[in-house]
Amino acid sequence: MEKKSFVCIECPRGCLLTVEEGEGAPRVSGNFCPRGKAYAEAEVTCPRRVLTATVRGKTQRVPVKTRGEIRRDLLFSVMEKVHAVRVDGPLKIGDVVLADVDGEGTDLVAAANYDGE
Amino acid sequence: MKRDLVIIGGGPAGLAAAIAAYDKGVRDILVVERESRPGGILKQCIHNGFGLTRFKESMTGPEYAQRFIDEAEKRKIEILTDTFVTRLTDKKEVTCMNERGIFTIQARAVILAMGCRERSKGALNIAGTRPAGLFSAGTAQKYVNLYGMLPGKRVVILGSGDIGLIMARRMTLEGAKVLCVCEIRPHSSGLRRNIAQCLDDFGIPLYLQHTIVEIRGKERVEGVVVAAVDKDKRPIAGTEKVFECDTVLFSVGLIPENELTKGAGIPLDGRTKGCTVDGDRETQAEGIFACGNVLHVHDLVDFVSEEAEIAGSAAAEYLFGGERQKRLIPVQAGQNVSYVLPQRLDAASESPQKLYFRVTGAIKNAVVRVEGGDGVREWKKIAVAPGEMEHITLPPAYFREAEGLCVSVLAQEA
Ligand SMILES: Cc1cc2nc3c(=O)[nH]c(=O)nc-3n(C[C@H](O)[C@H](O)[C@H](O)COP(=O)(O)OP(=O)(O)OC[C@H]3O[C@@H](n4cnc5c(N)ncnc54)[C@H](O)[C@@H]3O)c2cc1C
Ligand code: SF4
Repeated sequence: MEKKSFVCIECPRGCLLTVEEGEGAPRVSGNFCPRGKAYAEAEVTCPRRVLTATVRGKTQRVPVKTRGEIRRDLLFSVMEKVHAVRVDGPLKIGDVVLADVDGEGTDLVAAANYDGE
Repeated sequence: MKRDLVIIGGGPAGLAAAIAAYDKGVRDILVVERESRPGGILKQCIHNGFGLTRFKESMTGPEYAQRFIDEAEKRKIEILTDTFVTRLTDKKEVTCMNERGIFTIQARAVILAMGCRERSKGALNIAGTRPAGLFSAGTAQKYVNLYGMLPGKRVVILGSGDIGLIMARRMTLEGAKVLCVCEIRPHSSGLRRNIAQCLDDFGIPLYLQHTIVEIRGKERVEGVVVAAVDKDKRPIAGTEKVFECDTVLFSVGLIPENELTKGAGIPLDGRTKGCTVDGDRETQAEGIFACGNVLHVHDLVDFVSEEAEIAGSAAAEYLFGGERQKRLIPVQAGQNVSYVLPQRLDAASESPQKLYFRVTGAIKNAVVRVEGGDGVREWKKIAVAPGEMEHITLPPAYFREAEGLCVSVLAQEA
């Protein structure tokens, strides 16, 4: 049985959540409301995050982000792909820069307009 | 040169104020911006989390700014970039400087939207040398996000402000090793979300009640000495630990950029370091309004936009109708409240008034109490913390007869 404790970030109350993992569903305690339970379950089963970074443009950096959350344990491997990207030509917010960047169907998209310079 | 409305600063505050003034009928608007593009500090804030309150989606800084740039473009609002405002008077004269020279604009109304800058104090009282490798967190953010340059490989961060936390994650993802974040106070000044997602996600330790007591290195930073502090923030002998690093980031807070305001002799509030304003966000100089981080430091840009719209609409009203007859009453910060904004309220106003405030310490199960108007009003809050701005709204019936209001926050009795 594994026990983990962390602070809930869903609202300013900041409950100290404890999750016990064993057979069956994880057991959450310390949460004042159901949102805390949902958060804790997602955090121990498969935490996901949006990744933001920049890629190389002609003379400037171009902000990019994953369109939606990707698995947290993939952040560094996705960063390696991001480092290799070079964009040429104008981009609008939301344009795909690198399709399926996490191998699970999430695209890397432009997070700022880029005039191609 | 004469203009109806001059807005100093083309960040999110300046843009939202310009759009609101336009929508209230003002056409002769000039936004003056010293950088080559509008958008303010959001240009370098590539992380997400902006716009959750206003647009109900999580946007990056540039995406949030673009919404307002697009709206300003649609209305053909003039933005004069690469132009510094060098002087302001309480007669609404705005002196600008750009490559064409120096010129003064006589405005009929002015909105201050110059934003804030980073405090650098933290760097001053540390022993040791001043080698290369010391950066404010915002400067590091600019290097990494705008120029694609990593300022160093092994990093210690002093201060747990949000920009420092964001940079801890950003530099880690770019391949640097962030050794720790030291915070002299017993609690972090950053948002909880940032501690979880920027530090905990990457196993970066946060040392509360710790500070850097010495910086080592001649040409370049070679290491720092970190020590625990007692409750008076004095280093405790024997607790020193050495960290080998080549970079130190300082993230010790933001301060409104009010050099122009001071030059114009407009009174500032000692606590917010911004102007004292009424509900219209009008300063003590008639026809001069202020909004955004130049007025008080916001943690969420969503509230910056909201405040800017108040200022922009009020400036329009002023331009069309002149100074309204106001009955201004003071709004005071009571127990456990560090400041309330606006500092004055027009008791003759017919519309509900929203008061923004910050608390001095974290309180769970808090009660916000307002006194001075029609009875005592109370609001319950699950929790309040100094890092997160709170607000309440008062109906006109409450303050119509009042001579002054006081906002306090108390711990609810169990
Ligand atoms: C480094 C840094 C990082 C930040 N990160 C975040 C964050 O992650 N999330 C968040 O919500 N908030 C963040 N903030 C706070 C952020 O500043 C606000 O959310 C928001 O950008 C404030 O908008 P503003 O328009 O008031 O100020 P700003 O965005 O600072 O815009 C002010 C504008 O005025 C211009 N200006 C100033 N003086 C003059 C002059 N004399 N003449 C002409 N132009 C002038 C500046 O160039 C700038 O474009 C950060 C602040 C800083 C300093
Ligand atoms: S468990 Fe509920 S009340 Fe507690 S911090 Fe999370 S969201 Fe807030």
